[in-house]
Amino acid sequence: MKKEASFAEILEARGVERREFLKFCSLMSVYLGLSPMLVPKVVHAMESKPRIPVIWLHGLECTCCSESFIRSSHPIVADIVLNMISLDYDDTLSAAAGHQLEAVRKQIMQDYKGKYILAVEGNVPTKDNGVYCMVGGDSFENVLKETAKDALAIISWGSCASFGCVQNAKPNPTGATPIHKIIKDKPIVNVPGCPPIAEVMTGVITHLLTFGKLPELDRLGRPKAFYGTRIHDKCERRSYFDAGMFVETFDDDGARQGWCLYKMGCKGPTTYNSCSSIKWNEGISFPIGSGHPCIGCSEPNFWDNGPFYSRLANIGFTGSDSNADKIGQIAVGAAAVSMAAHAIGSAVKKSRENKSTPAPAGKEE
Amino acid sequence: MARRIVVDPIPRIEGHLRIEAKLNDQNVISDAYSSGTMWRGLEIILKGRDPRDAWAFTQRICGVCTTVHALASVRCVEDALGIPVPENARIIRNLMNATQQTQDHLVHFYHLHALDWVDVVSALSADPNEASRIAQSISPWPKSSPGYFKELKGRLQKFVESGQLGIFSNGYWGHSGYLLPPEVNLIAVAHYLEALEFQKEIVKIHTVFGGKNPHPNYVVGGMASAINPESDRAINIEKLNLIKDIIDQTNTFIDQVYIPDLIAIAGYYKGWLHGGGLGNYLSYGDFPETNVNDPASFLWPRGAILNKDLSTVYDDVNPRDPNQIKEEIAHSWYTYEGGDDKALHPWEGQTTPKYTGPQPPFENLDTDKQYSWLKTPRWKDNPMEVGPLARVLVAYAKGVPEIKGLVDYVLGHLNAPAAALFSTLGRTAARGVECKQTAGFMRHYYDQLVANIKAGKYDTFNADMWNPDRWPNDVKGFGFTEAPRGALGHWIHIKNKKIEDYQIVVPSTWNASPRDGQGRSGAYESALKGTPMVNPEQPLEVLRTVHSFDPCLACASHITDMNGDEITTVKIV
Repeated sequence: MKKEASFAEILEARGVERREFLKFCSLMSVYLGLSPMLVPKVVHAMESKPRIPVIWLHGLECTCCSESFIRSSHPIVADIVLNMISLDYDDTLSAAAGHQLEAVRKQIMQDYKGKYILAVEGNVPTKDNGVYCMVGGDSFENVLKETAKDALAIISWGSCASFGCVQNAKPNPTGATPIHKIIKDKPIVNVPGCPPIAEVMTGVITHLLTFGKLPELDRLGRPKAFYGTRIHDKCERRSYFDAGMFVETFDDDGARQGWCLYKMGCKGPTTYNSCSSIKWNEGISFPIGSGHPCIGCSEPNFWDNGPFYSRLANIGFTGSDSNADKIGQIAVGAAAVSMAAHAIGSAVKKSRENKSTPAPAGKEE
Repeated sequence: MARRIVVDPIPRIEGHLRIEAKLNDQNVISDAYSSGTMWRGLEIILKGRDPRDAWAFTQRICGVCTTVHALASVRCVEDALGIPVPENARIIRNLMNATQQTQDHLVHFYHLHALDWVDVVSALSADPNEASRIAQSISPWPKSSPGYFKELKGRLQKFVESGQLGIFSNGYWGHSGYLLPPEVNLIAVAHYLEALEFQKEIVKIHTVFGGKNPHPNYVVGGMASAINPESDRAINIEKLNLIKDIIDQTNTFIDQVYIPDLIAIAGYYKGWLHGGGLGNYLSYGDFPETNVNDPASFLWPRGAILNKDLSTVYDDVNPRDPNQIKEEIAHSWYTYEGGDDKALHPWEGQTTPKYTGPQPPFENLDTDKQYSWLKTPRWKDNPMEVGPLARVLVAYAKGVPEIKGLVDYVLGHLNAPAAALFSTLGRTAARGVECKQTAGFMRHYYDQLVANIKAGKYDTFNADMWNPDRWPNDVKGFGFTEAPRGALGHWIHIKNKKIEDYQIVVPSTWNASPRDGQGRSGAYESALKGTPMVNPEQPLEVLRTVHSFDPCLACASHITDMNGDEITTVKIV
């Protein structure tokens, strides 16, 4: 076995000063919502662990997750792939091809049995013996199962791997199936989004590296640190929602003032993600911030919960569950119902010029 | 005796591509087969949905060339419904398209293609002082001191000594096909890392207008990002300053890093002029100065070239013409109602998946039969190459002054004739030329947008046809763009306010397609033929030529619906 350098040793070798290293550890701790008392633990973990091997497989997908990953600003992706992990197999970046590339995968599976991370981008077409996605002459399903067998844990990147995403939308012609429905005996972190936010992706990896365990997950397998609140809850346009001031059509006066996009079909009220807090591409903006309603791209089945420009009221407005079968998810329906009531309440309040804050929106899933 | 090699998976592309090649006893590729091994069925999924949502679905065809399918889709729906977009929407879309193309080409050159020319391990024996001298002789880029290269070399040394080579594991290091001196390899490694860090800056322009990248938001009828210089929640002077700063940085990076690197590296490989291939080139053209139905106003011109004859550009390219663009399935895993030997225009197209290949796991495809999830498009029955080389050649042959100047500049530096463009290296050089040209477009659109705002023109959206009640009941439309990888077309049929049929012919389908019914190869297969391999166990030459096309297989393998319906409205430009 070759010499294994720790993260800190490699950073040092790269000329990264100790002060910068400590700053990075502190920043990551803040991001992960950790107490400052835990910073020394982060530092220790980074100093003592060798780079963990990562095998990054691609199934049915569009590579937007990889593209998002390389947009990360802290840490930058060069630091991750050269210093934090050992990205030994990745269709998108690997130098080797064909059987040399497959040999790397098999070598890692053997040398690091039970110790490597399997990252999966995309999902598995299960129809017709897997002929809708083949890698190296085998079905992606077989490659996935083989590689998952001895993995320490699995990261399901993006909505494809987590929930199914676009190829899983009706009528799902290829039988596209998310990873957790294929692999059932490994810890799996779902990191949904189309794509996920770059710093969420690197945050998940850093959490694993630092603490040697998965982040705490919610009932859909998502890290609570990044998917714990709805986009609506931290939206910079929330005050306009509360005040009942809505964009009625793109580029109207309200749009030019940055009012709430709820009536344009915004799914922010039912979407759990960090878009309105971390934002995108180093905090430049997020969909709502640039005038487009959230399409809910990190939620299960979001492609079939549209049309995108229909407001949530359309999926159940009366307070009954009569439409719940249509959307297939009572929880989402209930949240939508109360959001609709909430919006009306806001509008009514506005008309009465009542400045008090309305009741908290919809029940949690 | 002839042998067959298989390269699968092909890394540093989008999607899943397999190449099988026959070698003669001199290890020269005598025949090649290109197979797309994934299929997702996007167009089936689109059926019955709201046409205003189509951009979001089609955008998810590809996250590498994110944005291009969204752009083609909104143009397609607007074409069908007869929606002109405000001038600002045209400008913003052009700016986003130019941003995409520039960033995509930069990432392609350094992160998807460079390792076919650059030996990372060789950089370990570089002399940092000499690397600095070379770097400073070709560019004023400031990160070029002996200390900078010495530090980088030290880091690289430690990285290699760690034994964990990560993405560089099992590469073809030391292969005699690598011709760069260690110092140039070291410079290239430095710029691989610098470009990896810089590329994320360029796309922030998408984030300003589209809220995120990858997959920024578009809207049928214009753009959702409102303009209001008096608001902090709209496009204002702070956002414009950010955009201008990014445009300036991007142009500097291309001028001082990408282009000098390209010329320096190409100089060592100008004897390796394999991979020319078809010699037929097609460009839809793009970047309208007026509107998408006015090809005469496109900054990248529309046209076709046949048989490498630059003296004639065919100006009659018309993707709406039922006799021009057709797709065949003779070697594809589909079946056509009415006969698999038919060739169908996308508005009449049909696709029913029918896998007839070997059941996985398998060793070889039966390339005498069907062997790919890609269909085989033809323009006036000709196989065509699309992409940067096609665009640059059409513009060059048409005498577009900036392109002529740039091409002649690069050829002059390499002391190479124009015929050298018909090669793998020519394709790679054309991408650099195009990247510089497109980065210049970014300035142009920024200036146009600022001039409009200064004149009080803020409109970004045409709301006239937003309400489906106003739509005609049965219409067809065509939308297009010149994506980084080439000519992209979307064809839609809207019936009763829903998508009846949606068809897409993408650049990599043109380039990576299997043989047609007459046994004629597409661009990849043609380009690979005749290439000598130093060591068939290490398919460096195959990667080099295939990567020069910048393959995008998630785009290329697509499908349409099962119905061929009669048309009620067909517009011929």
